Amino acid sequence: MPDGTEQDSDLLELAKRVVAQAKPDEQMEVYVSRLDEVDVRAFDGDIESLSSASASGVGIRVVCGGRQGFAHAGALDESLIAATLDDARDNVRYATPDEHVGLAVPDGVEAVELDLWDPGVASFATPDKVQMALDLEKRVRHGDPRIRQVVSADYGDMMGESAIATSTGILATSRRTLCSLSVSAIAGDEDRHTGTGFGFARGPSGIDPESIADDAIDRATRLIGAKKVGSSVCTVVLDRRVSATLLAVVAGALSGESVIKNRSMFAGRIGEAVAVPELTLVDDPTDARSLGAARNDAEGLACRRNLLIDGGILNRFVFDTTSARRAGTSSTGSAVRGGYATTPTSGCRAVALAPGYLDQAGVLRAVGEGLFVQSVTGVHSGVSSVSGDFSVGVEGLMLRGGALAEPVHEVTIASTLQRMLKSLVVIGGDVEWLPGVAAAQTLAIAGMSLSGSS
Amino acid sequence: MDESGVGSQGALVEPDLARKVLDVALAKGGDFAELFAEDRYATGASLDDGRIEELSSARDRGAGIRVVVGETTGFAHTADLTESGLVDAARAASAVARTGGSGGVAPLAPGPSRSVTVVPVDKSRKIELLGRADDAARSTSGSVRQVSVSYGDSHRRILVATSDGVMVGDDQVRTRFGVACVAVGDTGMQTGHESVARTVGFELFDQEDVEELARVAARRAVVKLSARPAPSGDQPIVIASGSGGILFHEACGHGLEADHIVKDASAFTGHLGELVASPLVTLVDDGTFGSEWGSSFIDDEGHPAQRNVLIENGVLTSYMWDGLRARKEMRASSGNGRRQSYRHLPMVRMTNTFIVDGAGDPEQIIADTPSGVYVAKLGGGQVNTATGDFVFGMTEAYLIEKGRIAEPLRDANLIGNGPEVLRRIDAIAGDFDMSPGTCGKDGQSVPVGCGQPTLRVSAVTIGGTAGA
Repeated sequence: MPDGTEQDSDLLELAKRVVAQAKPDEQMEVYVSRLDEVDVRAFDGDIESLSSASASGVGIRVVCGGRQGFAHAGALDESLIAATLDDARDNVRYATPDEHVGLAVPDGVEAVELDLWDPGVASFATPDKVQMALDLEKRVRHGDPRIRQVVSADYGDMMGESAIATSTGILATSRRTLCSLSVSAIAGDEDRHTGTGFGFARGPSGIDPESIADDAIDRATRLIGAKKVGSSVCTVVLDRRVSATLLAVVAGALSGESVIKNRSMFAGRIGEAVAVPELTLVDDPTDARSLGAARNDAEGLACRRNLLIDGGILNRFVFDTTSARRAGTSSTGSAVRGGYATTPTSGCRAVALAPGYLDQAGVLRAVGEGLFVQSVTGVHSGVSSVSGDFSVGVEGLMLRGGALAEPVHEVTIASTLQRMLKSLVVIGGDVEWLPGVAAAQTLAIAGMSLSGSS
Repeated sequence: MDESGVGSQGALVEPDLARKVLDVALAKGGDFAELFAEDRYATGASLDDGRIEELSSARDRGAGIRVVVGETTGFAHTADLTESGLVDAARAASAVARTGGSGGVAPLAPGPSRSVTVVPVDKSRKIELLGRADDAARSTSGSVRQVSVSYGDSHRRILVATSDGVMVGDDQVRTRFGVACVAVGDTGMQTGHESVARTVGFELFDQEDVEELARVAARRAVVKLSARPAPSGDQPIVIASGSGGILFHEACGHGLEADHIVKDASAFTGHLGELVASPLVTLVDDGTFGSEWGSSFIDDEGHPAQRNVLIENGVLTSYMWDGLRARKEMRASSGNGRRQSYRHLPMVRMTNTFIVDGAGDPEQIIADTPSGVYVAKLGGGQVNTATGDFVFGMTEAYLIEKGRIAEPLRDANLIGNGPEVLRRIDAIAGDFDMSPGTCGKDGQSVPVGCGQPTLRVSAVTIGGTAGA
């Protein structure tokens, strides 16, 4: 079933009714969304909490004379929508006029029909959701004698629908489901370490509780005895989930909005070699395997495949309508927004590297000596997509003779993103699709500064 | 703030209706039920790339209902504050009740509540601040190429009614202002930012000079253009007053939250009464501390905000408690039950967390440090509460050489262990200051204050690239 169907047409009808109130001299965009969520948390053999929620909201943008005003509300009743529209119109008066500001206009690109809705979420009964969380908690608690605590085991799912209508002729709907299962465990006695396992899928049948449990146990227990090591310069192998975090930062620097506002290390570098020739980076929200896949962007234009870095050469930035006009180009169908409460900006949704051929074990063998990084901390404080400075805390295991050796913690790795992209030595073929901006795959990077005990 | 924003007079939910909803919530059994209603109106304005890009307004109104049955909490929320909306949510929240519980609903006794009258401020006055900050940042240096300025205010009215008979409310008014700059030089681009935020209205700007704020942000970016890479390895660090309280919030505060403690998921579990820090250290969490960013009249469970001494002269004296955890341990809440909105369950959260003044002199502490790093501003951080391991970004830092502040350093992370850092504090000055922050936990964000006087930690690992 394609994701834009009658089920959400009540949202589209509502959006159209509001847009019909647009005055001749104003452009109006109405974004309406509804989200149903269930979250279950298990602890110590019991349900710690069970939350069920249905939330909806509306965001209204009004553009008049090159000036934009915005307002939003966390409900859909008529009087609230009327007050929100008044707020948005009033807010227009204060913005600085800018010829580039305006709403998207249909550009003739056909949306790729994607099936992002798993009916299994709606039919999965609450007691079964509860049982899934309870079973996971039990599986990890009894999965290994070194596990001293399971902090929490969580099941969550959501069914989201949205609609966009504008006075410029945009009419778009989308809907999606997502399921998640995660667990956080502590291993060790005096020497404690934590491990988290998680999995995401469009529906409950795509979740594999066994591998999630094993992953949490493995990640926590293999760090027992971790020590700080001495500072050095070495090759690091980034676990694929760490790489996904790193790629999301790189993707942020490819946002046209950041580039035109001088907030990207890639500004002015189109056509330059910014990475090793083996690196090709694509943002493809039309790839249904990606959990970031979408039929339309946040302004209602069709999502499309954008080739960002081609064989190491910087090829393209991604744009929404306003940033594209400022840059003298057209939208790449890359408007993103954090729900009804924010206005669109440009950004990637489904970034992935052209995969290599090795699985993680193969990458470790190929690299031979170095540090395997299991998890990183401090990404939002230690990594800048503006300057490219990169410094994060890491936990992991030393890599000796191509195999994982002694565990390491309380050290940092540092470099710059610019240097890291040119020092990639292996790109893994072990792609895992995650929600968020980037897919996960194991990467190896040479010449990183490992900082530990002096 | 607009007068038409938060619903004007009267209770968010009338006592009779609140009572009825709590009755429904406990109809299938349960030990405790709570109705949390919220009405929030916020406005924001942003200037970027020399233009006032956008004014925004937000309206949010609804209620969350919680039912506690033994070890289990059921929760549901609704944006519909009518009787039928609230009753439906109460039924959904009570789905976890399996057996008849012990609970009944005590008569609701309206308790002390705070009501604030918000004086409307014309939007043009807010806009004017943005322009002044932009001008000030750009005139600081020719290398400042990009400036973004943001203004935000909110008026949040809350009401809490519980099956224990509590019925209280609060009006929370908050205002924030921030400036972020990008400077460009031969060595690339660098960023700097600075912000101010308090639980007050527009009168914030009677005390705060937005132009000076902008100059601080601009200087922070410009200075780093000539910065050298940060060292790597262990170094003593001196943290400037008011700029590094976030470290103690993250590295120690989270580990003192009762939910982590009772789950044996904190490095501080089981150490009450023990020396866990240098005897120089007294750590306090205080939700009543003036108009700081984390202050309120009551917490989001209706308990009065209060001052809690967590560590006194190095000895661990207490943890922070929300109502749920406190109830299970048969003790009183410490006023630390907070939630992002009516759509969220409350959790144990910090308010304003700080290390109190010592007797040292800031200049002398630097002079007594032969070599190390002076941290003028710490950025965000992250902690693993189970182990105490933390990471923090330095966003303005300098080398200390021969007891003097020397060259600026590029951004890098610090890494360490909370309990260890507490023991390694070997000097504290008497120049206490606070700064605002946003604390994220389990996907919920709440405003917090952090503070500390100038202090020195004898060794922390610095994650730079230059050989130590």
